[in-house]
Amino acid sequence: MASTTPIDSPPPTQAPPVATEKSTSTGRAGDKIFLALSRGSGILLLAIMASIAGFLAYRSAIAISADEGNFLTTFDWDPAGDPPVFGIAVLLFGTVVSSVIAMVIAVPIAVGIALFISHYAPRRLAAPLAYVVDLLAAVPSIIYGIWGALFLVPYLEGLNLWLDEFFAWTYLFEKTEVGVARSLFTVGILLAIMILPIVTSVSREVFLQVPRMNEEAALALGATRWEVIRMSVLPFGRSGVISASMLGLGRALGETMAVATVLSPSFVISFHLLNPGGGTFAQNIAAKFDEANELGRDALIASGLVLFILTLLVNGAARLIIARRKEYSGANA
Amino acid sequence: MSQTAVQDRPAPVPPSPKSPLSSRALPRWAPVGFAAASIALGCGLGALAGWESRTQWGLVSALFFVLISYTVTSAVENKRQAKDRLATSVVWVCFILAVVPLLSLIWVTVSRGIKVLDTYFLTHSMAGVPGFEAGGGVYHAIIGTLEQVGLATVISVPIGLLTAVYLVEYGKGALAKAVTFFVDVMTGIPSIVAGLFILSIMLMFQLSPSGLMGALALAILMIPVVVRSTEEMLKLVPNELREAALALGVPKWRTIVKVVVPTALGGITTGVMLAVARIAGETAPIMLLVFGSQLINANPFEGAQSSLPFYIWEQYRVGSEASYDRAWAAALVLIAFVMLLNLVARGIARWKAPKTGR
Repeated sequence: MASTTPIDSPPPTQAPPVATEKSTSTGRAGDKIFLALSRGSGILLLAIMASIAGFLAYRSAIAISADEGNFLTTFDWDPAGDPPVFGIAVLLFGTVVSSVIAMVIAVPIAVGIALFISHYAPRRLAAPLAYVVDLLAAVPSIIYGIWGALFLVPYLEGLNLWLDEFFAWTYLFEKTEVGVARSLFTVGILLAIMILPIVTSVSREVFLQVPRMNEEAALALGATRWEVIRMSVLPFGRSGVISASMLGLGRALGETMAVATVLSPSFVISFHLLNPGGGTFAQNIAAKFDEANELGRDALIASGLVLFILTLLVNGAARLIIARRKEYSGANA
Repeated sequence: MSQTAVQDRPAPVPPSPKSPLSSRALPRWAPVGFAAASIALGCGLGALAGWESRTQWGLVSALFFVLISYTVTSAVENKRQAKDRLATSVVWVCFILAVVPLLSLIWVTVSRGIKVLDTYFLTHSMAGVPGFEAGGGVYHAIIGTLEQVGLATVISVPIGLLTAVYLVEYGKGALAKAVTFFVDVMTGIPSIVAGLFILSIMLMFQLSPSGLMGALALAILMIPVVVRSTEEMLKLVPNELREAALALGVPKWRTIVKVVVPTALGGITTGVMLAVARIAGETAPIMLLVFGSQLINANPFEGAQSSLPFYIWEQYRVGSEASYDRAWAAALVLIAFVMLLNLVARGIARWKAPKTGR
């Protein structure tokens, strides 16, 4: 009830209008229709979210009940076989690993860029430079994909050899299979480039909200610019950077075309990141869809449901952190 | 004291030599000098060792730059200044690192795409052209993209606008909070999941693939973006305008339609255009729902269609030189379209920005 009262009275602040009921009767009808429309589209939005979850869950249930293997632990994808066997273990592994690589590369660089734009760049250049970084986000993912596959992959050969030569002892960078650099590591690098803009722009917003007083107090104590950033900007922006990186993670998890073009898929789990092979949820859907039969499609939908839940959790957590921070700091009041 | 502190901040790194507090300081041109020295060293070393990759030259130079400025500064000034300078150079390097892939991507796309891009390419479809041979064009894909994106826009703009109006003008209770949260979460839905959702509906009701199905998935991706940007813009409309209209006895809905929305129209247009630019490059839903076609199909409600991003993917998969050329040319068309939308949208945003008094 409490939630509806402010809605029923037409103007929110100066509540009771002077006009009588009669004279506003047409207006009221219009108001009611308009309110119903706008509230309806809000509800429609929630309905869409709910039905995404519902429909995916329903088709997934069909697929999983037909699955003869364990859906979570099987290392194979053969829904057309007899008996049909498929599982998401490899996909989950590949998705998480490639996204984590992307985060490890992108977050420090993005924080650097955000600091550059908010604190280092010449004032007049800051806005255009921010725009240049935003342009990275405007490039469609399929173009990143062909750029990655036809340009970046040959280019990374050298880096791969070098990593293998000097860092093979880390196990991660030991290359045990020959083949071009169509590996999870390359995918991670490409994803890092793709999530840079979103991590940068959210971090930048937070850095720009640091109270001037804090920075000036540090400067007045004789701090250098770096000390100002370390003492007042970074602590203030920490939660913002965390949520920004989680938004980036959400992007990386669901990226389809860039991964599908670059990776040469295989159904093995290997911590040798430079070896070609592996797979991600989205990439697997793109690769297997053409040849999939009815059950095959349902199986892909089931893997999509897992991806949906994964991104939902990551994005929800990021948004909650942002919302909590807003309440706490009053920065957006 | 505070006066100098405030002045110090925007000024470039070294504290002004006038200040009696600073001891020995490097001259203002020091960073430029370091940069020149390290580039010379890097290139020299690269040429001597005979490294082929120019990237290595650049990386070594960057490393030299960081090292030289750190050691020289800590020798001449002190540790703290050196650290400061180190941070400055690292931050600069970060920025350059981000620009390099963008430039490389645009350069590769333009230089490779220009090869087959001509009016023939833009006005012909792939009908009867074997994938591995030269020839053919993107006409059918351009039609597909325009129709699918147009349909998606027609579906999502009214919903997005009305939702934003609800959130800003009416929403207070639990419903508004839930909508806000889920709009945010919806922004993060991977495009392939939106595609799978429509696919599961298609499987359920035995529908066949068509441009409309793709447009529905694109609309799901577009709605949250439109809501967010419209919401931001409506929030910028000064309350005085609303109050003035209401004080004249104008019903609330007319206030919104005639005063609030027109005031924010520039920003809303920008948001919609950015959203269009965003979905125009989506491949995954098209792949699942529209199937792709080599022929011209101008009817988005029936039969398979193509679209620019899907065309690129298709040509990439063929894997011959001729098809790669076509993929790059289509990529150039797509990137030009998207960038143009972006630039125009930002232009409108700047031109029509509501005056906030600052």
